[in-house]
Amino acid sequence: MFSVAVTKRRGSFVLDARFELPTPGVVALFGRSGCGKSTLVNVIAGLLDADGGRVVLDDRVLLDTENRIFVAPECRRIGYVFQDARLFPHLSVAANLEYGRRRATGHRFVNLDTVATLLDLGSLMDRRTHQLSGGERQRVAIGRALLSQPSLLLLDEPLASLDAARRGEVLPYLENLRDQLAIPMVYVSHDFDEVMRLATYVVLMNSGKTIAQGGVGDMSLNLDLRSIIGADAVGAIVDGTVLGTDARSGLMRVRVGRGELKVQAPNAEVGTKLRVQLLARDLIVATEAPQHLSVRNILSGVVTAVTSDDAESDLIAMDIGGTLIMARVTKAATRELALRPGLSAWALVKAVSLRGHSFAVPAVISNASPDA
Amino acid sequence: MMWLNPSETEALSLSLSVAARSVVLSLPLAVALAWALTRRRFFGHTLLDAFVHLPLVLPPVMVGYLLLLMFGTRGPVGGWLERVFGIDLIFTRNGAALATAVMSFPLMVRAMRISLENVDRGLEEAARTLGAGALDRFATITLPLMLPGVLAGAITAFSAALGEFGAVITFVSNIPGETRTLPLALYTALQTPDGDVAAARLALISFVLGLGGLLLSEWFARRVRRLLGH
Repeated sequence: MFSVAVTKRRGSFVLDARFELPTPGVVALFGRSGCGKSTLVNVIAGLLDADGGRVVLDDRVLLDTENRIFVAPECRRIGYVFQDARLFPHLSVAANLEYGRRRATGHRFVNLDTVATLLDLGSLMDRRTHQLSGGERQRVAIGRALLSQPSLLLLDEPLASLDAARRGEVLPYLENLRDQLAIPMVYVSHDFDEVMRLATYVVLMNSGKTIAQGGVGDMSLNLDLRSIIGADAVGAIVDGTVLGTDARSGLMRVRVGRGELKVQAPNAEVGTKLRVQLLARDLIVATEAPQHLSVRNILSGVVTAVTSDDAESDLIAMDIGGTLIMARVTKAATRELALRPGLSAWALVKAVSLRGHSFAVPAVISNASPDA
Repeated sequence: MMWLNPSETEALSLSLSVAARSVVLSLPLAVALAWALTRRRFFGHTLLDAFVHLPLVLPPVMVGYLLLLMFGTRGPVGGWLERVFGIDLIFTRNGAALATAVMSFPLMVRAMRISLENVDRGLEEAARTLGAGALDRFATITLPLMLPGVLAGAITAFSAALGEFGAVITFVSNIPGETRTLPLALYTALQTPDGDVAAARLALISFVLGLGGLLLSEWFARRVRRLLGH
């Protein structure tokens, strides 16, 4: 369990953050730029003093202002990957990695070979840091942090300073990390696409406060999200299971809730977990079983909530068998179809976006101490 | 050195010896002060800063006089040094080194501070999250990154020490073989009838020495910059 409850005042800015999440897992701190995400991460790392509060990681109290406990950053065993990598310019890549490894305390759960393989660092070892590209710098920074054998890894917008192509290059490495090391991570981002691909939990932040938290699926339905990412980007994120390939279309058949979607997904084996997003604006709601339609992806379920989205439209939440999805319809449609909780309905899916694989993969390497 | 006469060789080697002692003496203290003045805010910060810079604005003769009062045999510090350690500063090359160290100290501290201000504190924070304590961070991150400034400061101070005149002659007098460095020898030659040629030769030696020092320092700075990838 990782629990944080801290306050910090900086001029007129007030940080008031609290969240509590199971470990391991990837917590995404998500919010607009300047909402206090980096301040919060610095407080967790101990680089900034909190005015008050507690930070507890599993059974270690790192900060408790009431009981005057403050573990120095160098003793917290928290790895920190900064937005600007912060590699030591006077040291080679190998020496940068060694810097963290040599000072590591506690249970060693990764060695240099594992890290080099995970992050593909082999060919970079002898380079000087100024000879690296932005993406390579971040990979080295992540490796350096991991080798200090941290019990928590903080990543403060590690991709923000990279262009789209470089970002796409580094993201798979982060997914690797998540799937193969059972280390809790806090991932700071203002890019919801990254959050959808990496996170298991999301903490929403707005002007210094944590306003909501939960699993990625639940949080994708959170209405506060709309004001941050915009109405058009809102939509349910659902984790599905690959059933097989549709012989005629060549598309992947993915079970979602009780229903089934046909999705374009590259070489996924049967049983693979896939994370897909159904944008609210891409769903059409029908109150009778639709026939004679070009749309192939149809999910049946029950309306669970009708929420006003803006002056013209409503958001309709539907349960499709233990899984919630959300559609945007005009208020006129809500009236004419008499959409209300409890009503049986069908959702016609115009488009499905693949958001990476989800990760029920068992951890290969664990950072829990062997005797724990 | 075949083209120098014995007294010139003596003055040159004495100058180098005094300057070297002066740099070795002041270097650790200058690093510590540069760090404290750049990275710490404490009571008396401004006063200490001004105090370090005083030798730049005070007449060197006055600095020599103050040293005489403090470190003379009957001075509070000088008497103690002699009693406890048997160190005699008056009329010795160690005394000359102390006088040049005090005079060149502000130059040294200044070069180091500029360099230290350019060291990214974010790197120290990164080292901290990797488990490095305060001394460890200083030795492995801060010091190597401010090394260009430390070298520049040392070389500047060394060159300035070679040329220091007023404080040296006031504090330790002008004794051949013990405190008569190049500028003092030059001054002596100028005071001697028919000393023109000797003075010109000493002036030329000082000139070559100074130019060589500057070129060496530039070469060093370039090498270090390349090493750091700038």
